[in-house]
This record gives sequence, structure tokens and C-alpha cells, in this order.
Amino acid sequence: MKYLHQFGIILFLSFLGEILHRIIPLPVPASVCGLLLMLLALCTGILKLNQVRETAGFLIEIMPVMFIPAAVGLLDAWPSLRPVWIPILLITVITTILVMAVTGQVTQYMIRKETKRKRSIPERRPK
Amino acid sequence: MKDFLTDSVFFGAFISLAAYEAGLLLKKKFRIALLNPLLIGTILVMAALLLLKVEYRSYNESAGYISYLLTPATVCLAVPLYQQLELLKKNRKAVAAGITAGVLTSLFSVFLLAKLFSLSHEQYVTLLPKSITTAIGMGVSKELGGMETITVAVIIVTGILGNVMAEFVCKIFRIQEPVAKGLALGTSSHAIGTAKAMELGEIEGAMSSLSIAVAGLLTVFGASIFAKFM
Repeated sequence: MKYLHQFGIILFLSFLGEILHRIIPLPVPASVCGLLLMLLALCTGILKLNQVRETAGFLIEIMPVMFIPAAVGLLDAWPSLRPVWIPILLITVITTILVMAVTGQVTQYMIRKETKRKRSIPERRPK
Repeated sequence: MKDFLTDSVFFGAFISLAAYEAGLLLKKKFRIALLNPLLIGTILVMAALLLLKVEYRSYNESAGYISYLLTPATVCLAVPLYQQLELLKKNRKAVAAGITAGVLTSLFSVFLLAKLFSLSHEQYVTLLPKSITTAIGMGVSKELGGMETITVAVIIVTGILGNVMAEFVCKIFRIQEPVAKGLALGTSSHAIGTAKAMELGEIEGAMSSLSIAVAGLLTVFGASIFAKFM
């Protein structure tokens, strides 16, 4: 019964996310609304971690499979892609690498700067 | 036989799982990043459909049951995020700076390259939301007057590329901090990249989940401004 109960809670939050998605005028999908709702519920203690943990872990683990049907959909999109596929593929490859590198580098730089600063503060204060 | 495969409720869902499983086996055996289970699975399913002459539409009527779980699974990304909340609070400045830099890089580089390849306005706005999660990206593309089908295709390709190249890119650019790796994956290649981040570790996964939401929302605003540039 544990899994059924957990899955029920997850579906309920997905449903609430769907409702929020309808109300908010921005293109924020139901899944992201639901994610924020679950985070809020966990932070406020309305939802306990052990009420969703195992099922959530399972769903996250099998997540890559869920992208296969959409990815296979490229077959159907191919006719409209064909005339522009070379520039589009180049842009896709280049920007993906760039974004990954910049995000990672900037974050890492900030983390290391912060760590250094924190380490250097106690040194400056004589005991 | 063909009619049967077209009508079957389980055929599409089954071959999707089987193809993914085959991808997992190949990855275990050869340990090459390019042998990514999602990539291999997709190619195998495409090959099977073309070979058996089954249309995508009828395949998806069955395989769609798998995609149905995508929303609940994305909701569940709140769990690893919650477990790493302390780490997030501790690094909030770095996280904010990293995701913002990533989103701006994405918009700006699409802009420059679109100019370079002299794309039309329609093609340009189609590509603007390429790094964010499909559901948000589709909405952005539609709102700006882009071609939704192509946006979805490009988002999926971006995700698979990010998923496949992550370890390589992190190595080349010496990205070692788990927080930085996670944000890099989520900001550049949304939920498909997050699936990879989950494999790398709990911190990576949590940070990647966070960036799906934050980068997605930032892009909603950023893309509407960048759309006016060309």
C-alpha cells in the first residue's frame, strides 16, 4: 500500500500543478508548478519526505525512458526541419556547449571565491 | 501483422523500454559516453518504426503512456532539491550568478549565430527557447511566433546532446564542483540533462532540477526581450 499511497500524493500534486498552470498567465508548465508546490509542501512540513521518497526515487530513475517517445517524434518533425537542418544543428551544438561551459565556470568561480573569502576572514582577526 | 502492430496498445511502450534496455546493456559493456541509453534507445525505436513501417502517430498512441509519467516525475524532482536545500542556501549567490549567466549566454549566442547564418525572424525565435524544458519552450516559441514543431525537436536534440556531452565538456572546461556541474547540465539541457546529472550524484541532480525551473522562468522573460533584436 505504501507505493500506492505515495503515487497518489504525487499525482495529487501534479493535478494541483495543472490547476496552477491554468490560472497563471505565464507559460509555466504544470510540471514546474507541481515541483514548486511539492518543494513548498516539504519545506513547510505539510508533506513528510517518507510520504513520497521511494516512489519519487523510482520515477526519477526511469525518467530518461520517458523522453524516448518525444525524441522519436523527430521522425515526424523531419520534413519541416530538412531545409534548415545544417545551420540549426550547428547552432544547437555550439550553444549547448557554450551554455554548459559558462554556467559551470561562473558557478565554480563564485563558489571558490566565496570559500576563499570565508577562509581568509579568521586569518585576518588576531585571536 | 502491420495492422496488428499499429493497433497494439503495448507495442510502442514495449519497444521503447526494450530499446532503452538495449542501450543500458551497450553502455555497460563498452563504457563510451556516446553509447547513451536515451540516444541508442531513440535510434533503435526509429529504426524499428521505419523497418516495420509503423507510423509515429500509432507508435505514440501506445508509447504516450510512458510520457504520461513525465509530469509526475518532474514534480518529484522537488525531493532531491529539498534534500539539498541547505547546500543551495549556502551557495545561493553562486547559483543565481551561474544560472543567469547561462541563460544570457544561451539567448545571446543564439542571437549571434542566427545573425551569422542570416536566419529569418521566425527561425530565430524558434531557436531562442532551445535550452529550456519542452513545456515552457513550446509556450515561448508560440508566443513569439516561432515554429513549435521545430522548437520541440531542437529542445530534444539539445537535451540529448547535453546528456551525451556532459562529462566531456566538464572535463575540458575543468568544471569539478558538483554544484557547478549540476547547474551547467540543467541550464544547458533541461530535464534530459538532469537525468544525466542524477547519474553523476545527488548534489548534481538537485542543482540540475533547480535550474530547470529557474532557467525556464528567466528565459520566458529574456526571450521576449531578445526577440526584438532581430
